[in-house]
Amino acid sequence: MSGPAPQQRRTAAAKRGLGLLLPVIVAAAGILVWDLAVRLNDIPPYVLPGPFLVLRTLIGDWGVLSDSLLTTLITTLEGFVAAALGGIALALLFNQSKWLNAALFPYAVVLQVTPVIAIAPLLLIYLPQQTAVVVCAWIVGFFPVLSNTALGLNSVDRNLAGLFQLYDASRWQTLRYLQMPAALPFILGGLRIAGGLSLIGAVVAEIAAGSAGAGSGLAYRIAESGYRLNIPRMFAALLLLSVAGIVIYGVLALISHLVLRRWHESALGKDT
Amino acid sequence: MTDFISAGLDSGTSDPAVMLRGVTKVYDSGVMALGPLDLTVKRGEFVSLLGPSGCGKSTALRLIAGLAQPTVGHVELAESTAALGRRIGFVFQEPTLMPWTSVRDNVGLPLKLAHVAAAAARPRIETALAQVGLADFAGLFPRQLSGGMRMRVSLARALVTNPDILLMDEPFAALDEITRFRLNNDLLDLWRALRMTVIFVTHSVFESVYLSERVLVMTARPGRLSAEIRIDTGAPRDDAFRASPAYAGYCRTVSDALAPAYSGASAL
Repeated sequence: MSGPAPQQRRTAAAKRGLGLLLPVIVAAAGILVWDLAVRLNDIPPYVLPGPFLVLRTLIGDWGVLSDSLLTTLITTLEGFVAAALGGIALALLFNQSKWLNAALFPYAVVLQVTPVIAIAPLLLIYLPQQTAVVVCAWIVGFFPVLSNTALGLNSVDRNLAGLFQLYDASRWQTLRYLQMPAALPFILGGLRIAGGLSLIGAVVAEIAAGSAGAGSGLAYRIAESGYRLNIPRMFAALLLLSVAGIVIYGVLALISHLVLRRWHESALGKDT
Repeated sequence: MTDFISAGLDSGTSDPAVMLRGVTKVYDSGVMALGPLDLTVKRGEFVSLLGPSGCGKSTALRLIAGLAQPTVGHVELAESTAALGRRIGFVFQEPTLMPWTSVRDNVGLPLKLAHVAAAAARPRIETALAQVGLADFAGLFPRQLSGGMRMRVSLARALVTNPDILLMDEPFAALDEITRFRLNNDLLDLWRALRMTVIFVTHSVFESVYLSERVLVMTARPGRLSAEIRIDTGAPRDDAFRASPAYAGYCRTVSDALAPAYSGASAL
């Protein structure tokens, strides 16, 4: 088969370009409207700072903000790794023992449906602050990994499972050569959700800890700036948090694509 | 019981590879899927199980493979002569390949599960791939192959352990006709070369007549044997046979034997 006609290819490229361009146009328009609204109405910066003031603050306060960003990212990463390892390990245990599954799964759900913002103050009482923050990130992040991994381990093709049975595969062989690879796309999907949630968990815990004192993460900066009516810095910190969330999602999506690109539908082009 | 069934028993008693004795299968749902079924297949024989959809012919195959246990009765297999002790190869209706790994690793799976060292497995995998005409495709992934080629990979995987018995569950049903004819011919060549016992489940009258030495016709659910037709042709099985009056005659006989299974089941 020959490739698509040049004209078709041009149209496809144009569509892709437009797909990237449209969000940029929306962002530019939003910033413009924001700026005009602030200027024309003479809104003071402690109520709503203009976009360029936020940018200036971001650059001016970079020393403080970058330290806070690093703190929050490390917390998020620790929570994420704990969530990933804990979620996958728990799913494997549940998969191997249906009694363990029956006994413990309800509590995993309880942990998931109880709002973390309500658990965070308790954790801060019983645990050292840094540990409490990581535990919060873990609590929010581990459930999607657990439930996706569990789903994946049970989503094995019935005939392939029969084939493993026919060749007297051991439990370990079935897990290693059949269930784990079959579950991989599900696990990666769970990790993608967990990445963003870990950031949310870290932020929630930092905010809860904020009034207690010793924090220095981005969320703490936001709370602190709020008390001091330093609204431009609040916006700058918020901007950094959004960007961090987008980057985390992007990195995890890229990893997922690279791991699956050789075989899984989600990573294949329409024509292959 | 009809004469057909006792004939089915007699024909295999000399050197049986597979024997089913009064086998019945009732699903957990209470549906009676199969039986009672008595069946004997001779060592080295090519037998087709022919019947309407849902008559339990696939269930019979799973019972023989040990993938399910009969509710009543028992399944006996002859002692294996295979060096690896793996006497059964199974080909499903779908290629049933692992999409995450190469053709080579898919074919080598039974050896890996039997803890055969990679160095020892390699030549056997290559032999199996060569047998199905895919020697040059070992490094590709299943998605890069056509439906017919995937089925060949599935066949190579079943052959890689040198099984005594090859069980095939409507393996070519989803393929186009030309591909199916080609695979039929290749399968016959392999059967003659490797002297396996083949039990081939199909709902195609034409395919069963073309391939087998013996066609066993099953009733609608719960499936029992209703007729046995020997395809005693001296002619080689090739395109000329497919066009011959003898072939047409056998197809007519088998169709007539199959017809009651369809008329009895108004729901189908």
